[in-house]
Amino acid sequence: MRIPLAIAAAIVLAAIVAFGAPHVVGDYFVRVLLLIALNSILVLSLSLSNGFTGVFSLGHVGFIGAGAYAAGILSLTVQQKKALLPHLPDLLNWFSLPFLPATLAAGLFAAILAVIVGYPLMRLSGYFVSVATMGFLIIVNVVLINASDFTRGARTFTGVPLATTLPWVIGWLAVTLLVLSRLVYSPFGRRMKAVRDDTIAASAVGISVLRARLLAFVIGAFFAGVGGSLYAHYLGSFSPNTFYFAMTMNLIAMLVLGGMGSLSGAIIGVVCVSILSELLRGFERGFTIGDFTVPALFGASQIVLGFLFILIMIFRPKGIMGDRELTFGLSRRSANHNHKEGKDR
Amino acid sequence: MATADPLLRVDNLEVSFGAVRALKGISLDVREGEVIALVGANGAGKSTTLRSISGLARAKSGTITFAGTVINKRTAPQIVRLGLAHSPEGRRLFGGLSVAENLRLGACTRSDPDGVARDTERMFTLFPILRERWRQLAGTLSGGEQQQLALARALMAAPRLLLLDEPSLGVAPLLVRHIFDALAELKRQGMTMLLVEQNIALALELADRAYVLRTGKVALSGIASELRSDDRVAQAYLGAAE
Repeated sequence: MRIPLAIAAAIVLAAIVAFGAPHVVGDYFVRVLLLIALNSILVLSLSLSNGFTGVFSLGHVGFIGAGAYAAGILSLTVQQKKALLPHLPDLLNWFSLPFLPATLAAGLFAAILAVIVGYPLMRLSGYFVSVATMGFLIIVNVVLINASDFTRGARTFTGVPLATTLPWVIGWLAVTLLVLSRLVYSPFGRRMKAVRDDTIAASAVGISVLRARLLAFVIGAFFAGVGGSLYAHYLGSFSPNTFYFAMTMNLIAMLVLGGMGSLSGAIIGVVCVSILSELLRGFERGFTIGDFTVPALFGASQIVLGFLFILIMIFRPKGIMGDRELTFGLSRRSANHNHKEGKDR
Repeated sequence: MATADPLLRVDNLEVSFGAVRALKGISLDVREGEVIALVGANGAGKSTTLRSISGLARAKSGTITFAGTVINKRTAPQIVRLGLAHSPEGRRLFGGLSVAENLRLGACTRSDPDGVARDTERMFTLFPILRERWRQLAGTLSGGEQQQLALARALMAAPRLLLLDEPSLGVAPLLVRHIFDALAELKRQGMTMLLVEQNIALALELADRAYVLRTGKVALSGIASELRSDDRVAQAYLGAAE
């Protein structure tokens, strides 16, 4: 039983970081750490469909946005709702949910949305599903802008309590990791990867391609909705364009860099991109070494990041981790190297 | 061979891809325990026939009856559950998964772990190389090893009828012999097979009966050993006038 031990150790470590970090390091580092954990949740939720199941969705941010707005609406106080959203239907305007229930509701809302969207779209493959899911993202954006009774339209949605703290995000990250690692390395996860590798062969051995894709899509959307709620409660105020193409590209870049078929890869991608952009942002303001002064070059960090993406794709086209996991020698695979695999289901 | 109903009966099967009529009314039957070869030139419709039987392609008209059930409206996963497995053309392994995982996916419709374990052992005796490659990713195997894995994966469904599409394709000549020996062994064990194969000599040597397809129709059928010396088989391949 090495895995439960590893998980326990990870939980203790995470708790130490979550509760201890604010006392040791400054606000800036806590903020960077929080964003890394938050983006990890988002990229992990994206990896389920895009990485493990081979459905390269460009609409994932639509679920994040839907989750953010759903959670925002639910957790505004009744007074705020009267002031900011005067036309909100009676069903929603008389109550206010605490952070955790609002987050769960946001996840469920995104998951239900994913069932409706996924049922027709998960029949598509390859580029077609990418373009179709991008259509979904555009629809979400337009709906958020125009459903102003619920969302204040293109104006900033504001007043969401700033409830997202580091322990919350790390807690949710642990839940996300636990659920996804259980799923991905289960018989069902094997089916998802089979569908990714070859849809025809998958249905020839008896796997329902639609069902496998849909389940991956819906579970991914749930955690996207959760991440959206955490994001909303972190920012406090946001607008429909917070959840659009820029965020899509950012998350996909992190996922592809880290490695598409790997949970630890997803997190490594987030960590690398986040730390690098923070470091580069410092250089952007210009600096002086002895007599030599480098002037401020705004935008330089984006250029360097762009080059880095190109280099990684040339030299490690499957991302930093590829399909492998970082296991610290605690892998379930290395734990049983016998041939009696037929029984270990 | 006096059983009343064949295990598989294909009746007047027609399949079109857009404007192209791939199959123009194919009829054939496979009885329990038989090995049937489907031969013919490229584009004759051999693979399409297999694909419509296993539900990977949709029939335009005609009926396909398997073990008493009409299956032409069923999906591929449903058909596998009825006991009809298809080893598709070009192997189509799950390249990013290990040999072990490929075999387990082959058995993913089954709920008898003991039977699955027993069949895994059977695959090791039939294809010993799979035991050696157990942990290796399927995509890193050689062509012949991949073909053996594809066969084993289809067999892991414990099918009553096995559809085989071009088991010699892209396999080194020495291994082709090896694979056909394994198929002969399966035949001895009583496995019913419907085999599509470019290599007529090998196919007719293994099969009991054969159907020769030409441009979407059955041009000729009969006992395999008799067809081996029949000039009309070669004519069907070369497209000589009927």
